Amino acid sequence: MNLRKYLKVYKKFLHTSLASELEYKTNILFDLITAILSLIGSIFLLSIFFQNDGYIGGWNFEQALIIQGIYTILNGITNTWFNPNLTEIVKHIREGTLDFVLLKPIDSQFYISLKKINPSGFLEIILGFCLLLYCIKINQINLNLIFLTLCLTTIICSICILYSLWFFISTTTIWFVKTWNATEVLRSFLYIGRFPLNSFSLSLRIFFSVFIPIAFITTIPSEVFLGLSQLWKILLEVVIALIFLFTSRKFWLYALKFYSSASS
Amino acid sequence: MISKLINRKVLTLLKVQYSNMLEYRVEIALWAISGIIPFFMLNIWTNNNLNESINISDIMLSRYFLCAFFVRQFSVVWVVFSFEEDSLMGKVSPYLIQPLNPFFRYFAQHLAEQITRFPFALIIVFFFFIFNPESIWIPNLGILFLSIVSTFLSFLIQFLIQSIVACLCFWTEKASSIERLLFIPTLFLSGLLAPVVSFPEYVKSWIYLTPFPYLIDFPANLLSGNEANISGGLSMQILWIFLLFPLFKKIWSEGTKKYTAMGS
Repeated sequence: MNLRKYLKVYKKFLHTSLASELEYKTNILFDLITAILSLIGSIFLLSIFFQNDGYIGGWNFEQALIIQGIYTILNGITNTWFNPNLTEIVKHIREGTLDFVLLKPIDSQFYISLKKINPSGFLEIILGFCLLLYCIKINQINLNLIFLTLCLTTIICSICILYSLWFFISTTTIWFVKTWNATEVLRSFLYIGRFPLNSFSLSLRIFFSVFIPIAFITTIPSEVFLGLSQLWKILLEVVIALIFLFTSRKFWLYALKFYSSASS
Repeated sequence: MISKLINRKVLTLLKVQYSNMLEYRVEIALWAISGIIPFFMLNIWTNNNLNESINISDIMLSRYFLCAFFVRQFSVVWVVFSFEEDSLMGKVSPYLIQPLNPFFRYFAQHLAEQITRFPFALIIVFFFFIFNPESIWIPNLGILFLSIVSTFLSFLIQFLIQSIVACLCFWTEKASSIERLLFIPTLFLSGLLAPVVSFPEYVKSWIYLTPFPYLIDFPANLLSGNEANISGGLSMQILWIFLLFPLFKKIWSEGTKKYTAMGS
């Protein structure tokens, strides 16, 4: 019933946003080159860190590449779905067009989070997967079903946490109309997800696992890949992901009570 | 008479843009915060003793990254995004009628933003010194003056490059993807994430011929008291400005001929 309706609506979303994005074909080409260069750049930076003695935070270069791969996938997902949609919330609120969204007979969070899609992020996701496959080869990881389910669970949890963080910050614009730069702050914090958590000092480690759980987003899935992760860490990530999803949903519904349209 | 007129124009532009920017002080504060990536990098460097291989002490490295943060704060350029929006919305047309190149307007906007940003950057530096009291130092006046000059030159180079990219809007409508592409080498090669001295030889051999190390690495080294070739760096910066300026003028005059007033 409902699910089928939402699937149908989503298909329409895909169609319209792909059509509008493909209007700017050279744009997509440049974004593709950007994605490739960006990956090369981060591996280059990583290699500088490892030219000293081959270990940072107890991770060697081959292992740190896994983090890079997962980061690239998550970054691709962010660029494909979160970034185009959730920066749009700010525009909706500023111009008062959120009215039209709220009036539609469809869940507002669904509409606002999935309306747009940016196809150039796909390449990043593919690049990330290729890097991960390469890492599996050079780290000699044995693939089996339990391993794959655990990996998939942690990555899905990471995506949920990432989504909730973005959604949370975008929601705050209902109160502070002008703070669309808050997503830039989140973006720069997410940057540290490219490196193992252990390579930071203790105070930063605590900050990035308690206040903004960026640590969970990339480090735990990478540990799962290496078979280093304890079960409690995985369970913790699942719990945190559920808490984040739940509170971001509640926060959105709460924030909507304070929405007072623009120029009316 | 003419100089008086120019003076009046400059002052009026700056005043208008400054009061405009003060309106957006929360946004600018968030922008300032989003520039703290160099501090995360510093944390990785010192926490893993990576500086041993490049013979820079912890204190000098922390000063370097602090200066890199500071230089970046005052050389951020976003003219292409403003211009793209204005040109897509058709706002460029009234600007073109005025007897003033619209880029002066954007230039004043950037300067006004830097003035607004200054106190926030100082607050962040203040906090940095609270956490790292041993890295406090006072550069002598001559060095301070030279580094302000070189930071401004770095800003000019980036402003020119972005203005050239912005002019491509006349042909492609969306030029910001080209800017995002150019941002990748700027990010990884300018010294924001790792000082250029730490780069491997095969990069160091050609990088000083590109404009990138003069954007952040050179001014930051100068200000922090690390090794810097003062006359060489400054002359390279000036050389790049002399190369880019005629290119900008050319592309501007070609572009305005092509302009078709979108949205009217």
